[in-house]
Amino acid sequence: MSNSINRRDFIKSGAALGGAATVGGLWPNIAIGQSGKIKVGLMLPYTGTFAQLGVAIENGFRLYLQEKGGKIAGREIEFFKVDDESDPAKAPENTNKLIQRDKVDLIVGTVHSGVAMGMIKLTRESGTLHIIPNAGAGAATGALCAPNVFRSSFSNWQAIYPLGKHVYDKGQKTAVWITWKYGAGEEAGQGFKEGFVKAGGKILKELYLPFPNVEFQALLTEIASIKPDAVACFFAGGGGAKFIKDYAAAGLKGKIPLYSSFLTDGVLEAVGNDAEGIETTMHYGDALNTKKDNAFRLGYAKAFKMQPDVYAVQGYDAAQLFAIGLEAVKGDINNKAGIIKAMEAAKIDSPRGAWTMSKAHNPIQDIYLRKVVGKENKVIGVAHKALADPARGCKMA
Amino acid sequence: MDFYSFLIQLLNGLQYGLLLFLVASGLTLVFGIMGIINLAHGSFYMIGAYMAWALAEQTGNFGLAVLLGIVLTVILGILLEAVFYRHLYKRDHLYQVLMTYGLILVFEELRSIIWGDDVHGVAVPALFSASIPLTDNLSYPVYRLAISAVCVLLALGMYLLIQRTRLGMMIRAGASNNEMVQALGINIKLIYTLVFALGVALAATAGMIAAPISSVFPNMGGQVLIICFVVVVIGGIGSVWGALLAALMIGLVDTFGKVLVPDYAGLSVYVLMAVVLLWRPEGLFKRG
Amino acid sequence: MNKTSPTLLAVMVIVVAALAAFPFVGEKFYVQLVSKVMIMAIFAMSLDLLVGFAGLVSLGHAAFFGLAGYVAALMSPQYEAGNFWTTLPAAMAACAAFALITGFLVLRTSGIYFIMVTLAFAQMLFFIFHDTALGGGSDGIYIYVKPEMMLGDIKLLDLENFNVFYWLVLGCLVAVYLLLRQLLRSNFGHALIGIKTNDHRMRALGFPTFRYKLAAYVMSGALAGLAGYLAALQFGFVNPEILSWHTSGNVLMMVILGGMGTLHGAVVGAFSFILLQEVLSNQAFFGSVAKHWQLTMGLFIIAVALFLPKGLAGLFSRRGEK
Repeated sequence: MSNSINRRDFIKSGAALGGAATVGGLWPNIAIGQSGKIKVGLMLPYTGTFAQLGVAIENGFRLYLQEKGGKIAGREIEFFKVDDESDPAKAPENTNKLIQRDKVDLIVGTVHSGVAMGMIKLTRESGTLHIIPNAGAGAATGALCAPNVFRSSFSNWQAIYPLGKHVYDKGQKTAVWITWKYGAGEEAGQGFKEGFVKAGGKILKELYLPFPNVEFQALLTEIASIKPDAVACFFAGGGGAKFIKDYAAAGLKGKIPLYSSFLTDGVLEAVGNDAEGIETTMHYGDALNTKKDNAFRLGYAKAFKMQPDVYAVQGYDAAQLFAIGLEAVKGDINNKAGIIKAMEAAKIDSPRGAWTMSKAHNPIQDIYLRKVVGKENKVIGVAHKALADPARGCKMA
Repeated sequence: MDFYSFLIQLLNGLQYGLLLFLVASGLTLVFGIMGIINLAHGSFYMIGAYMAWALAEQTGNFGLAVLLGIVLTVILGILLEAVFYRHLYKRDHLYQVLMTYGLILVFEELRSIIWGDDVHGVAVPALFSASIPLTDNLSYPVYRLAISAVCVLLALGMYLLIQRTRLGMMIRAGASNNEMVQALGINIKLIYTLVFALGVALAATAGMIAAPISSVFPNMGGQVLIICFVVVVIGGIGSVWGALLAALMIGLVDTFGKVLVPDYAGLSVYVLMAVVLLWRPEGLFKRG
Repeated sequence: MNKTSPTLLAVMVIVVAALAAFPFVGEKFYVQLVSKVMIMAIFAMSLDLLVGFAGLVSLGHAAFFGLAGYVAALMSPQYEAGNFWTTLPAAMAACAAFALITGFLVLRTSGIYFIMVTLAFAQMLFFIFHDTALGGGSDGIYIYVKPEMMLGDIKLLDLENFNVFYWLVLGCLVAVYLLLRQLLRSNFGHALIGIKTNDHRMRALGFPTFRYKLAAYVMSGALAGLAGYLAALQFGFVNPEILSWHTSGNVLMMVILGGMGTLHGAVVGAFSFILLQEVLSNQAFFGSVAKHWQLTMGLFIIAVALFLPKGLAGLFSRRGEK
């Protein structure tokens, strides 16, 4: 490991000399040093398809901070924002801006799995505390798990694994799986297949289309000719809305039941009646009707004049998780080991229900079964209690 | 694949091809007559789609939204030609590429400012919202048939315009001999403006009628633009009929590619282009 | 190409010396930023060979840039260091081969056709890496460990060290510049410029113009590959986006911005373009307008196309002439 020592020396000498160069240099010097504020970097999508998700996550994070009076463990929080544009190609550079230029204490990000993987590559190297508030890429808390990387959301496998058994138990023995051909879609496919085949079901065919293509017509025609008992899918956002509508327009709705994990969140206004009755599994839903959730929803609606969604919950929990860590060391941000220890032991009182942290740093949480009723993803039961991601390939688990 | 599925996929492919033709025809006309390479052509498709969505929300009537949209995009086309494109007719293609590339950035950002970055669904107009049952569990949406019908009608209209009208004659003459047209005292400037506006309106119309089936999303013009380039390359620059043939070929190759070789569907279109280039470097129909 | 004037030569020496000294004073973030700029400068020079000298306007140059990155990523073991001496030549050879094959097709066309066909071939490569399992699909692939540069048992350069990597890039930049300058002063270079001015006449004079153009195309592709290889190493990540036409459009912009057909113009263009991008998107400078920096950038590009056909260099030379 001689090179890493070598590298560190270089960084030190570079930083010592560099200080003089940047003051009054081309770029305004943002690093303020010992102002006593905790620097939190938000690397989220603020433009592009996922822009709303990024805003919801930030709102959730800020809501918790507000509840705590704007301070955690007596220290003020200063935000540094970078728009990741959901572009994996820019992920290393954008992450670098927060780590190297702004020198943040904590990075929160992001929505898109590919971008999150790029971030992890750098936060693993630098050791910066990193909380993933959405991206479900399995490797983040699997093969690439690291002491300083946590997730406050879910893994792609986790959210859909319980669905397989549910579908089979409803008497549907064969299924077609359809998704975008990208990491998240394939991981969700793994989860569904595992559950469905284990229960005794048979996958007749897996259909893929390139991300984020939304011309489903040719594939829907094929589904109709295969005639499975059920169709399971993974699509999100606008693509999900489009799929639901096309599914109905192709005459498949009501003939072959449609299932998913992410599909119906945030799109029910747009798709109208076409989504009615679709069953999904997820770690959050409407009509949970718990004290914590009701308070959260009310607080969120008051603060931001809109209804919270699952993304807001994940942002809120990211803030909670960090607060637990920082409070345990009484605000001493340099005691990283202490913060990590407290975050690992955290029991999060979340609007989705209480959850704990797995050894691989992914939530161990209840996965709900939900059904679209009117404009709601109504929770109709718990599909799997306290489910943990298998964390395949993680050396910490 | 059974016979019915085959027929339906055929229908899917033709519908996609016809829609592509609508976008590509405007591109090839502008290429052929003004000699301008217009990267921003895809943006007009995107603008059309967003207009259809926004106007349909405002007016509550999709048909009305499309009519309004056509008027607006014709105006947009006239303005753009006068302010930007006109200065590039005599310039090297390099600068046409650059300026239109800059326009794409501007259009996308304006779209973001005016309409936001969200994906929107556009409701299929009630008149066409039914589906025709074809097999026991498959129906074909009427709206897709309607799209094809509109495309065919517009193609016919273009045929009549170019072959049978005085304006069409001037367009044909302008394409083949610029000096002669001017010698005849025809206002070539006006023709250029009209052709450009027609091109913009065609692309935007395609975007508008496609909106209910494609939904409306940022950067939607980029994908369409490049496929349209392939259409024009295969069909031959400036040839509307070449574009029609090429668009239908691509529609079918893409649709059947998706079903038969899903991993290579995106690629198949370009392989088709390479084969055509080997055989006829100037496309299937060389204009002239 | 004219003989380099003493002033220009002096400026170049000073610039290179300043660049070489920068890691001693610059912070890591800025050292890496300048590395990136220099990589893009190599990329822009490779395109300048086509656009500025051979008169071939390619809108698909990202194909080579991305292909080399993918070769580097695919040849690197997942969690171990690859071999610099095999991966770099392989990456450049793959690009040269791709240029040779596609060159036969694209060089049969010219003008608008050439622009569209180069774009289409780049897009074809985009789809190969985007849709098939070959290169990790739309998620891309990571290079977790940079390749090792060994000489026998001795590690020649430690590329994991960002300063060493910076100097390697600088070395490549200077080498590519000198190579292209010599090349363009040779008969080959004169022939290319002749072809740009009048292809027919050159053919009538007995020059095999197709072969000259193909040679330039292959060479340009291989050099773009060098840039792509370095870029993949620097960020340790490749995905289909690096092959997209935005990459091609941006590099074309760099060439024109700096003034095409001069080589050093491409370097100036790369520096100004990326600096502009950084400044326009920096909230500290532009506040809430920074969010819409693409709009400002787009307007800037349009302005250059309409009013500054010779790029920034034209701005100065025009003043000089008067």
